[in-house]
Parts: sequence; C-alpha cells; structure tokens
Amino acid sequence: MLGLNKKDTSLMIVVAILALFAPFILNPFPEGSAMAQFNAGYPDLMQRFVIFGIFAIGFNILFGLTGYLSFGHAAFLGIGSYSVVWMYKLLDYNVIWGLPLAIITSGLFALLIGYVSLRRSGIYFSILTLAFAQMSFNLAYSVLTPITNGETGLQVYTDDAQVLLGANEATSPHLFGIVMNSSAKLDLGPWSFTFNNGYYFCAIILLLVFYLAIRIFRSPFGMMLRAIKSNQTRLNYTGLNPRPYALAAFVISGMYAGLAGGLMAAMDPLAGAERMQWTASGEVVLMTILGGTGTLIGPVLGAGFIKYFENIFSKINDNILHQWFAFLPDGLEDFVVFIIHPFIGKGWHLTLGILFMLVVIFLPGGLVEGGQRIKRALSRKKDADAAKTEPAE
Amino acid sequence: MSKTTMTRRGVLKTGAVAGAGVALPTIFTASSAAAYTNEPTGSSVTLGFNVPQTGPYADEGADELRAYELAVEHLNGGGDGGMMNTFSSKALSGNGILGKKVEFVTGDTQTKSDAARASAKSMIEKDGAVMITGGSSSGVAIAVQGLCQEAGVIFMAGLTHSNDTTGKDKKANGFRHFFNGYMSGAALAPVLKNLYGTDRNAYHLTADYTWGWTQEESIAAATEAMGWKTVNKVRTPLAATDFSSYIAPVLNSGADVLVLNHYGGNMVNSLTNAVQFGLRDKVVNGKNFEIVVPLYSRLMAKGAGENVKGIHGSTNWHWSLQDDASKAFVKSFGTKYGFPPSQAAHTVYCQTLLYADACERAGTFNPCGVVEALEGFEFDGLGNGPTLYRAEDHQCFKDVLVVRGKENPTSEFDLLEVVEVTPAAQVTYAPDHPMFAGGNLGTCNPGA
Repeated sequence: MLGLNKKDTSLMIVVAILALFAPFILNPFPEGSAMAQFNAGYPDLMQRFVIFGIFAIGFNILFGLTGYLSFGHAAFLGIGSYSVVWMYKLLDYNVIWGLPLAIITSGLFALLIGYVSLRRSGIYFSILTLAFAQMSFNLAYSVLTPITNGETGLQVYTDDAQVLLGANEATSPHLFGIVMNSSAKLDLGPWSFTFNNGYYFCAIILLLVFYLAIRIFRSPFGMMLRAIKSNQTRLNYTGLNPRPYALAAFVISGMYAGLAGGLMAAMDPLAGAERMQWTASGEVVLMTILGGTGTLIGPVLGAGFIKYFENIFSKINDNILHQWFAFLPDGLEDFVVFIIHPFIGKGWHLTLGILFMLVVIFLPGGLVEGGQRIKRALSRKKDADAAKTEPAE
Repeated sequence: MSKTTMTRRGVLKTGAVAGAGVALPTIFTASSAAAYTNEPTGSSVTLGFNVPQTGPYADEGADELRAYELAVEHLNGGGDGGMMNTFSSKALSGNGILGKKVEFVTGDTQTKSDAARASAKSMIEKDGAVMITGGSSSGVAIAVQGLCQEAGVIFMAGLTHSNDTTGKDKKANGFRHFFNGYMSGAALAPVLKNLYGTDRNAYHLTADYTWGWTQEESIAAATEAMGWKTVNKVRTPLAATDFSSYIAPVLNSGADVLVLNHYGGNMVNSLTNAVQFGLRDKVVNGKNFEIVVPLYSRLMAKGAGENVKGIHGSTNWHWSLQDDASKAFVKSFGTKYGFPPSQAAHTVYCQTLLYADACERAGTFNPCGVVEALEGFEFDGLGNGPTLYRAEDHQCFKDVLVVRGKENPTSEFDLLEVVEVTPAAQVTYAPDHPMFAGGNLGTCNPGA
C-alpha cells in the first residue's frame, strides 16, 4: 500500500493503531484505583509522546542513517516554537499559519548550521552543533529579548496585533475552529478516557511524517545516507561527494525538529528559551539510542519511554509511597519508603539513568532489540531456519 | 527504488480512512456537562502544589511544600489549627473545604516555564486539581498563571516578586499574596537614605528575567528619587553559579553601593563572591562600600552565612514577628518540622488558607465565585496585619518589613532582625502606575 512493502505496511498500520487508540492503551487502570498513578492517557502527556516522537524520528534520519551525531537539535525545536507563537501574535490563533513557517525557518537555520558544521565529522561535528545550539539558546535567553521575551518566554498578550482575529474566534490555538485544548471524555464503568483534539491533530501529523520517514529510509537517497555511515572514505574514492547528501539529511531532520517545536507551541501557546538548552538536545540523543538507533519505530518508543518517566515518576511523592506500603508494619513501611525515596519524585533522573545504562549494556540495539529478542525466543521452536543470518546492508 | 502504485481505489480508501481519523475526535466534543473545570464531585477536593524541587530555588520550594502540607493538615482539622485560629474570617471550621476533604498532588517546576506548565497541566488534566499554587520564580509564576487562566482554574501565586505578575501579566484567575519589587523599593529607600545618605553611586547586578528586570527598575527609580546615581546595570543569567567575573568590574566603576537583584542560590553565590573580593572593606569616594539585597529571606541568609551581617533588604514576613498570628504559625510549623518557617512557607500557607476561605464564603469551587469572594477582600490575622486583596490587580497590600543581617545571631535561625515595619499606605500605588501598566486582567474563566 502507498508504495510500501508488506513489512513496512504492517509497521505503519501498527503505528496508526497505537496512535489512534492511545487514549485507551495509555489508561489501562480504572480511575481512582491505586494504580491510576501510572495512567498516562491525559492530553498533555499524550501530546508530548507524539511531539517528541516526531522530534526523535527526524533526529534518527540524521543520526541513524548518516551516523552524524548532532548535539544541537534543540535549537530547531525552539525556532519552531518561536515561529508559531509569533504567528499567533501577528495574525491569529489558527495554527495553519505558524506550522509551515516553523518548518521553513528551522529548515533555513539547519541549512546555515549544517553547511558550516558538516565541514567536519565525528566529534568535531558534534561540538560544532553543540556550540551553535548554545549560541541560539543564549541569543534567545538574553540578547534577543525583544523577539523572544527572554526567560519569561514568548506569550500572546491581549494587546497584540492579531490582524486576522475574528470576533467569535477561539482565543487559544485552533485549526479552522477545531480548538486544540478541548477534549471529550468517555466514561466506561470505572474507566475514563479522554479524547483531545490537539492530540489527534499531532497524531495525524505523526503518521504523515512517519510515512515520510519510511519512504526516506527505503529510498536510494536513504541508501546513500547509509553509505556515508558505513564508510565515507570509500564513498569519496568512488567519486561521489557525500556532503550534499549529509546536508540534505541535516536539513530534513532540522525541519522535523522545527515541526515538533511548532506543534509544542500549537498545543500550548508559549515558547521558552529553555527548550533550546543543551539538555534538550541531549534528551533527543537519549531517546534515539534508548529506542534503537537506525530503526524506524525505535525513536518513537524511546521518546515515549523518557517522557513517561519525566511526567509520571517525577510526580510520585512520599505520601503516595506511604499509601502503597500501608499494609506493612510501621517500621518496615518507613524503611521501604526510605529505600525507594531516592528513585522517585525529583530522583526520576536516577531511575532513568539506571535503566538507560542497563539498556545500553545489555541491549545495544535499544528497546527494539529487546522486542526482537523476545519475539525470537517465542518463535524459536517454529523456525529452525531462522539461524541463517541475513547479509549486512 | 521502491515502487509507487497509486490506484484510484487506493487513493479513495486512504482518503476515507484519513477522513474518519480526522472526524473521530470531533464526534465526542460538546459532551462535557460540568459547570467548570474539574468540579469536585466526590468526597474530596484536589489542590495542585507546583514548586521547584530542583534548580536555584529548590530550598524555597522544599519549604513551600512543608507549609502546604501543614495547611492541608489544618484545613482537614489536624494539628493545632495554626493561623486558622487567628484569621479574621471564621468561615473555615477544620472539616476540609465545603465539607470535602482536601487532598493534594505535587510537581516539580525545575524553575523552568516549560516544565512548570507541563507539571501544572498534568495536575489539571490528570489529577483533576481545581486550584494550582506555587512557583518560586516570577517567570514560572507568570507562565503558570497564564495556563490557569486558559484552563479555567484558580492560580494562587507563591513566591513571586516581579511587578509583572500583577502588572502587565496579571490575569483574572491569578492572585498574589506576596509583595513586589515596587513595594521593596518604596520600603527600602527611606531606610537607605537614613543609613547611607543621599549622595551615592549604585551598581546593579540583576538576575536576567522578569523579576530581576522589574526589581532593578523599581529600586533604581526609588533610589534615584532621593538623589542616588545609578552607575551601571548588569544582567546575569539565572543559571549562573559563579559571579566573580561580574563582581570584578564593580571595583573600578566608581560605585559605592552594590545592589544585588538576586534571589535564592544566585544571591548566596553573588554575595559570597562580593565579600571574597573584599568589597565590604573598601572605601570609595570617601564612603564605606555597602551592599544591598532588596529581596531577602532567611534561607538565603543561612546559605550566605557570615556574609549577610549588616546587609539590608526587605522581606514579606519574618518568623520573629510577635503578633499572635505569626506566633501561632511559627509554633505549629516548628512543632511539625523542628525549625521556623521561611517567608516562602508563610506566603503559600496564607494563600492556601485564603483560597479555602474564599471557597467557603462563595459556597462553591467555581473560579468565578472564588474570584468574586477574593476581590476587595479585607482580612487580618495572617501575620502581616490588616491586608487588602485589591480588586483591580489581585495584589495584596500590607506592611513590608525592612530587615538586616544580624551581627550576633543567637541561633542558626536567628539571622535577620527587623529594622522597620513600613506601613501598607507607604507602599501602595495606583493600579495604573507606569511600572504596572499595559496589562489586562480580563474576566474570570471557569473553563469547561
């Protein structure tokens, strides 16, 4: 279907089902039960899953295919956000103006940064992109405050121009009247599911860009990018200039990041400079590696994994722990809470760090490799011929 | 090359599926029946405490959280009732709010607008919080206040001192008990005039965000009005931890007063750097070099140790105050945690009580009812003397304390002494004062 082979079509269908039924899948525990703490099916987090999924898919086109490790992709995220908020301020709250602009401006910045940074490879390339991103962050944070409003973040004020704003138009982001932050609730017995317009808007865009990513992965262009990763010197000797290909990949992934940043502002009309900080650039690297570098679905899984920890584990506090372990005798309860305490709440970084180490050590291919191993273990008996190795690409 | 087979049937099928996908979410809209966002229907009501647990203001955040837990305990009838007994409004009776048991959720703002909004959103969307409170940075407070206005819940600002919070960024659903930069300037200027005279050259080091900017503006205006000159204003990044490179130029600038518009960890580090550079022992223009910290707190004094001795600043509240309310609060906080509360703890405790009281008096959790109950509300017995929640900008007007780092502290908590209590009338300004102009309160938004 749509120019995809059978395997990719089924992958696409799986992603589509996951994306469209996420409100059900992410809310497996009934409302009010002790496990409801682990439900992730609320609009803000679902939107984040999808938006950072897009960010990581784009990053993977550069890192997974060409092997160029960029440490500065957060800059494009920020540029996308600022573009969209400026369109809110100048035109109106319809996201249709901001999102294309976000993609274009981040693409232009990516062209500029990529052109300079791609003169070097390896660690030097990483450092150059990091330097550019920190430069953008500092510009946004303190130098260009008239454009970015500094640390407070760019917001829409009632006295902004908004020349296209109609009398009855919604005063929050919308797409031709479909308001992003409005949701519908469906109550099934003790369960409660939330369907949010903004989430479905993001999910549909995710499906589009995921399809685009598959096509890029399977195209001759994608093959050239893989060639850059496997042996750039040999590519040079065969008379091919790899730089235009790498630059194209850099710009495409920059545009993905810009789109993700734009969507962030489309869900929540605010753009903050900290979105461009190096920690945000590092985060997308972690997402990609955690999920599985160079795989199609990996980055999306990694993004979901990290965002889940950031938002769910950071909100577990001692009171909740005491509730969970209330059945234990007092002394033992306090002891168990004391042991778990460093790993929850503000300690979620620690938990994530340990998991990241475990994944990198035992599953170098990321979560995707984990899934493959489980699948292989389950079907080992059936196909004895699975032992024959596939040729390397 | 992957082959592209685009048949008419394929295109139609894809179009139909995509169309259904787009239409799916809109089928369900318009099904919400609640009168306002997160109307509590069960036997409990959830409040969201959104404070910095990491970053430069983590100490303040931790103390705020303690005060919130204490307030919840008191609202639910536990403990000794604290300031509920001294509060002039007697609507609260210790059986929760409107008969519903008070529960709470916590989150980490990381002192970043993005993280704070994400955390507040999850409280509203997932946990059903009907009120969000907290914030130990004005940038965060303003960002979250905007979010609460859009979402239709009440925001009770915690420690936020920027003029903008109730100035150009004020919102109908947001309320601030804490004082602001203008008030600090108005309270400090007369004291500084008596101490250091009218012929001084001031050098400002300012945290580079909304709070720093407005406080710098306020202090410069107040001191210039009494004859001081402002030599230079330098902005420092909020995330900075070493200020040596900013302190060194002060030595050669000809300034004889250094104004540190820094708070929390920033102030601890910049003051320590300034003292290490020997600024306090210098004599410039025939006068002793002085350092002023316009916004002071005990936690900062503790962090900076010896260096705060004799340094003046202003504060919202101090635990050594001797009125009944302050004593009651210090007693119940001290009994529970073993040390006296900070001004951050005090302001958030007051905010929680004020919110609960407003709900009781309004008879509803509906944000519009709460806004009506709080606007123009006059109260006493929360440690600051008679106080007014002004209707025009949702700012509290009350006495401001001018404090000094104590020369001979008797305990590790006895670090500041109150020099003067500036009466509320002296720090009151018109709602359309130029430093606060440009904002629009809008109308209350109940959401849903």
